[in-house]
Amino acid sequence: MAVSTDPIDGTRLKEQFPLLSREVHGKPIVYLDSAATSQKPLSVLNAMDDYYRTINSNVHRGVYMIAEEATNRMEIARALVRDFIGARSSSEIIFTKNATEALNMVAQSWGRANLSAGDVVVLSHMEHHANIVPWHMLAAEIGIQLRWIPLDTEGRLDLTELDTLLDGAKVLSVTAMSNVLGTMNPVRTLTDAARKAGAISMIDGCQSVPHGTTNVQELGADFLAFSGHKMCGPTGIGVLYGREDLLEAMPPFLGGGEMIRDVRLDGFTTNDLPWKFEAGTPAIAEIIGLGAAVEWLNGVGMDNIRAHEVSLTEYTISTLHQRFGDRINIHGPTSALERGGVFSFDFDGLHPHDISQVLDQHAVCVRAGHHCAKPLMKLLGIGATARASVYVYNDTADIDALADALDATGAFFTL
Amino acid sequence: MPGLEDLYREIILDHYRNPRNRGELETPPAHRVEGFNPLCGDEIVLYLDLDADGRVADIRISGQGCSISQSSASMMSAAVKGKTVAEIDDLTRAFKAMMSIHENSLEGAETTEPIDAPDVKLGDLEALRGVVKFPVRIKCATLAWNTLAQGIEESSA
Ligand SMILES: Cc1ncc(COP(=O)(O)O)c(C=O)c1O
Repeated sequence: MAVSTDPIDGTRLKEQFPLLSREVHGKPIVYLDSAATSQKPLSVLNAMDDYYRTINSNVHRGVYMIAEEATNRMEIARALVRDFIGARSSSEIIFTKNATEALNMVAQSWGRANLSAGDVVVLSHMEHHANIVPWHMLAAEIGIQLRWIPLDTEGRLDLTELDTLLDGAKVLSVTAMSNVLGTMNPVRTLTDAARKAGAISMIDGCQSVPHGTTNVQELGADFLAFSGHKMCGPTGIGVLYGREDLLEAMPPFLGGGEMIRDVRLDGFTTNDLPWKFEAGTPAIAEIIGLGAAVEWLNGVGMDNIRAHEVSLTEYTISTLHQRFGDRINIHGPTSALERGGVFSFDFDGLHPHDISQVLDQHAVCVRAGHHCAKPLMKLLGIGATARASVYVYNDTADIDALADALDATGAFFTL
Repeated sequence: MPGLEDLYREIILDHYRNPRNRGELETPPAHRVEGFNPLCGDEIVLYLDLDADGRVADIRISGQGCSISQSSASMMSAAVKGKTVAEIDDLTRAFKAMMSIHENSLEGAETTEPIDAPDVKLGDLEALRGVVKFPVRIKCATLAWNTLAQGIEESSA
């Protein structure tokens, strides 16, 4: 296998992430759980701190200077996010609490207004619970039907029956990348097929947006949901991108301040986009933090991040296979070009809890469990996996540390 | 700082590698009951054969789980075999008392007053005491016991 060139020196980037300089159990931390949440660079921490120290005030209604400044910074962040994903207008960028809220917003607001009993929503077998349960809730409420795109043996979407599955469907909602298998899905193929079938498409971009260039025009997505905390930003902030005409026609989600133009005793009229969907005081510091995260990512370059992760993925897969052979089974596609840096694995027949417990003693942080994808776990015939995942700040030394710690884990349990 | 040796005592690893009373029993006469830990997907299937005097004539365990849940189930099966339901009840309370000290303090109780624990010898089960230092693993250790309690309740009903 040709080894890809890596434009990023993760070792140097680590210095910008305060948490990555700490120790756990007396050893330098090896953070391999960025698919759950990423670490935050100093520039993001500073931006949020600076907001609270210098311009903390409520946005939009203030006519005094610091309130205007806070409003400006928030809207600058929105513009940064808009450009980051290639949206046409800031009106199409709605700030939510996280991706989960964004996905629920579409299921509830668009779904209730546009779907009725018997209507079909197409999902896939590799979805996160956040893109399953909102549809189950709608099914219980109004009787929609769910269809599921199956997977092939390497954990890719099996699209042979896609047109049949989409026949008569109103919605296609799928993830751009699996948070368990690492599989990157052919989003454009999916959204084209949905459009041809007359369905809208929603893409769960939680695992894709942080790791490579995203352009909603090229993806052809009607809706895109993602979370700030997985892309070097803070928790408590997510994004729903929606095509303007769809958002205009969609009823509001939560009611309250900010989302109204007028309120009378006998009713209300809604505010313009995007505020129509942002009821109440927004997460101002977090929005500003997300803006800083986008600037930081732009500084590194999203294509560089992808190239770095392809290179690290090749290194991870070959290192683990070389060192452990049949003792390890890594789920998902084998080619680094078809996947992201998320590695769910089975090792030595050990339970993922036991693996992660011993790895923790070596300061290696990985996740163990069903990763909020129980239908996928069931399909794989397992209860749980251990999962290591990499990001821009990881390097080959982190992977070596993982392999060493796995070695120690195997020895510990087979003694 | 608790270390691995607090959690994975040698006797625990021994029960994990060589689980006692593993397998199934014919139902009936035995009673089958399933326990499930939704957090980690651990699953235990317990077969319980109570004789006419309410004694555990036989017990078997199958299912899958981590070393803590598996060894706890194995030790439990060895500890309760031949015991009466009343004796098992005491043992269960003593075990839970050992485990729940930390559960209480996690839930923010001011004092961790020891639960009224019956004075019974826990024997090998003492080895699981270290689990309380690893709060996320407590549910692994108590899974088998909760399943057993359910099994006893169902088969004495
Ligand atoms: C693919 C995918 N979708 C949705 C989510 C939910 O994200 P959040 O919990 O930030 O709303 C996650 C995060 O774990 C994810 O990986």
